[in-house]
Amino acid sequence: MTPRDTPPGPLLDVRGLTVRTDDGRTLVDDLSFTVGGGERLGLIGESGSGKSLTTLALLGLLPDGMTATGSVELAGTQIVGAPEKRLTAVRGRDAAVVFQEPLTALDPLMRMGRQIAEPLARRTGLKGRDLRTAVTDALVRVRLPEPDRIAHAFPHEISGGQRQRVALAMALACEPSLLIADEPTTALDVSVQAEMLDLLDTLVREREMAVLFVSHDLAVVAKVTDRVLVLKDGRAVEEGPVLDVVTAPKAGYTRALVAGARKLESALDLRSPR
Amino acid sequence: MTPEPKPTDGARATPVLELADVAVRYRGAAADVVQGVSLAVEPGQSLALVGESGAGKTTLLRILLGLARPTAGTVRFDGEPLAPRDRRQMRRFRRGVQCVFQDPYSSLDPSRRVAAIVAEPLRSLGLDSRTTAAPKVAAALERVGLPADAASRYPHEFSGGQRQRIAIARAIVCDPRVLLADEPVSALDVTTRVKVVDLLAELKEERRLTLVMVSHDLSVVASLCERTAVLESGRLVEQGDTAQVLGDPAHPYTRRLIDSVPRLPV
Amino acid sequence: MTLPAAPLKETEPSKETTPVSRRRRSATLLAGCSLTALIALLALVSLVWLPFDTDDTSGGRLAGPGDGHLLGTDKLGRDLLTQLMTGARIAVQAGLGSVAIAALVGVTLGVLAAFAQGWLDDTLAAFLDILIAFPTLLLAMLVVAARSATLGSAILAIGLAQSAVVARLVRILVKRVLARDYITAARTSGTSWPRTVAAHILPNIWPTLVVNLALQFGLAVLAEAGLSYLGLGAPPPNASWGRMLQEAQATFTTAPAGALAPGILLVVLVVGVNLVADGLRDTLDPATRRRRT
Repeated sequence: MTPRDTPPGPLLDVRGLTVRTDDGRTLVDDLSFTVGGGERLGLIGESGSGKSLTTLALLGLLPDGMTATGSVELAGTQIVGAPEKRLTAVRGRDAAVVFQEPLTALDPLMRMGRQIAEPLARRTGLKGRDLRTAVTDALVRVRLPEPDRIAHAFPHEISGGQRQRVALAMALACEPSLLIADEPTTALDVSVQAEMLDLLDTLVREREMAVLFVSHDLAVVAKVTDRVLVLKDGRAVEEGPVLDVVTAPKAGYTRALVAGARKLESALDLRSPR
Repeated sequence: MTPEPKPTDGARATPVLELADVAVRYRGAAADVVQGVSLAVEPGQSLALVGESGAGKTTLLRILLGLARPTAGTVRFDGEPLAPRDRRQMRRFRRGVQCVFQDPYSSLDPSRRVAAIVAEPLRSLGLDSRTTAAPKVAAALERVGLPADAASRYPHEFSGGQRQRIAIARAIVCDPRVLLADEPVSALDVTTRVKVVDLLAELKEERRLTLVMVSHDLSVVASLCERTAVLESGRLVEQGDTAQVLGDPAHPYTRRLIDSVPRLPV
Repeated sequence: MTLPAAPLKETEPSKETTPVSRRRRSATLLAGCSLTALIALLALVSLVWLPFDTDDTSGGRLAGPGDGHLLGTDKLGRDLLTQLMTGARIAVQAGLGSVAIAALVGVTLGVLAAFAQGWLDDTLAAFLDILIAFPTLLLAMLVVAARSATLGSAILAIGLAQSAVVARLVRILVKRVLARDYITAARTSGTSWPRTVAAHILPNIWPTLVVNLALQFGLAVLAEAGLSYLGLGAPPPNASWGRMLQEAQATFTTAPAGALAPGILLVVLVVGVNLVADGLRDTLDPATRRRRT
């Protein structure tokens, strides 16, 4: 990974982030957290917790009718209220996103190879044969079999798991310092999810990349992050190391969340003692 | 939470639903989506159909619901071959076998009030008039834990978990013997999921309801079903008591599924 | 196949409508209704009272306003206002009649097409596409040839042409509803197909359908004017706006009122119903209606 001049302080510094709709409802309320370089933070919440809006706000991608206030500094750049031009520079270079449904993130009419080539060419300036090799490398890195076939395929021609890998390859192509993953494995089958989590874990460790992993599933988040932030109704209710939160949750809501997950899991344990 | 398989005395009861050597091939497809599947749903022995996307779970469910017909093999209801043209049998079948879907947003008609939605099986099966249906609807809504005024409201006024409760109320209102459920909790949040699983477990006990559940979520399967059948690419690779299948899987695919379940660190 | 679905996000960027836009849309509806009502009023009054007889040619030729003729007369000495009022009646009749035919034939055909499967589905879809490509004018000429040049023939031709458009829309809408789980739930509840259509399908395609029919009304009015202009519409002495335009064409430079007046009314009616359609689209849209409970 190419070292970049990062200003001192955390890579991502969120202070008092608040998201409101035009008619005055508060969806994210005074949220503050930081992600240091190479750190891996999990954002936990159920539906309505505002976790997805938070990810959108981090990149200035909030839909019309919603406004963010507070401060979001990504690698020293203020995101809140920034003009589109500055945001474009930040997206991809400093932070890249993998969304839940890769089908919506990929252009259905463009072959996979070209979709990856675009950000890659922008960053590296590679052309022609070199660019093609780089694309193949990017696909190999996310452990896709037959990278050449995949590069020539359209999104609908490959499986959901493969699509999500391509989306990951695209996000990683720019070597961002922060990877934002919004429920990246929720739409996948369990066994595919397990592989994907493993892959994600390895890749970000190798690159010492910071990760913001957003999910409703405590067990999934625990696999790939060190620290978690629990959100409920747009507010942070608890923050701490994964192990502490999972083994000794403090907030009532977190306790309910952990208890629910444990209860379901215990059914499985009685059946399959290991 | 963890049902024990009920002791079955030597002579087993006639299966409510039975598939014998069922195969399905879609028109124009080169291969069968489901092949050579034989399974039986016995009263009191809730069955889980486990597998990943493309395994043919949903196809099997549609066959069990009498919505699709197998290209080969037979479907039996109470020991008799299911005949969609036999009106009397179909009425008995519809009354005895109800269904809950995965997506509670798609399964409730947005243009109708909850009362009409829940009353639909009663009305359509000719069991009740609008007036005689009302108390049954109220009872079903109360049973699934919804407020009394829910009946006069529209689906969009409810959250995902509440909508799934409405769907369950619709499925139990005519006192079926079998409840087919297609991933009934996978669209719900964890805390809601636990509550709906509990509700289904209670209904099983109270109403002697036999569940047939399609799911990829093994913990939910383990919570609710006495028996488990594992499907891989349209074939049954393993079936038996849930404790047996999940505790000591005989097939490598089953083992891989179990190992893939993400777990909380202890 | 069932995929493990994502947890439903209830705070997804909602299409919440602000009070401002809601007010703007009710203004649209109000404006549309007023314009349409204006023409409807003219048409209704024409049924019980007209300033002159439709074939009264007693006025001077191309006279200006005055002498009992509020808007003057045409080249045959007929009262302009009388003609405009009859024209309004004919326009409204044409719109309502065509849309009634289009709704009846189109919805029936569309629902049937949506239920058809395999080759029947393909055949029906192709048939509808051909019917849509078939020019309304040619269809009208065929109908007129088979019957005679009357308002009824024009309405029949326009209605049939529009049926194809409506049917194609209904086919798509119904197919979309059929894919929803509540239809499967109705089937497993033992609900019959006719009952499913009445209770589940029609109510759910209704909002989009109504908006489309309102738009078709405007198009029908225009089409009737076009046919009358060509002499394929209502025969004299019934003054259709289209025929008024045609007759006033030759004297446009000397007496522009004869052409301008029907033209303006035509625009008022068509713009009116289009605004109504726009307003309806927003008020009937379930996504916005949903929030107003």
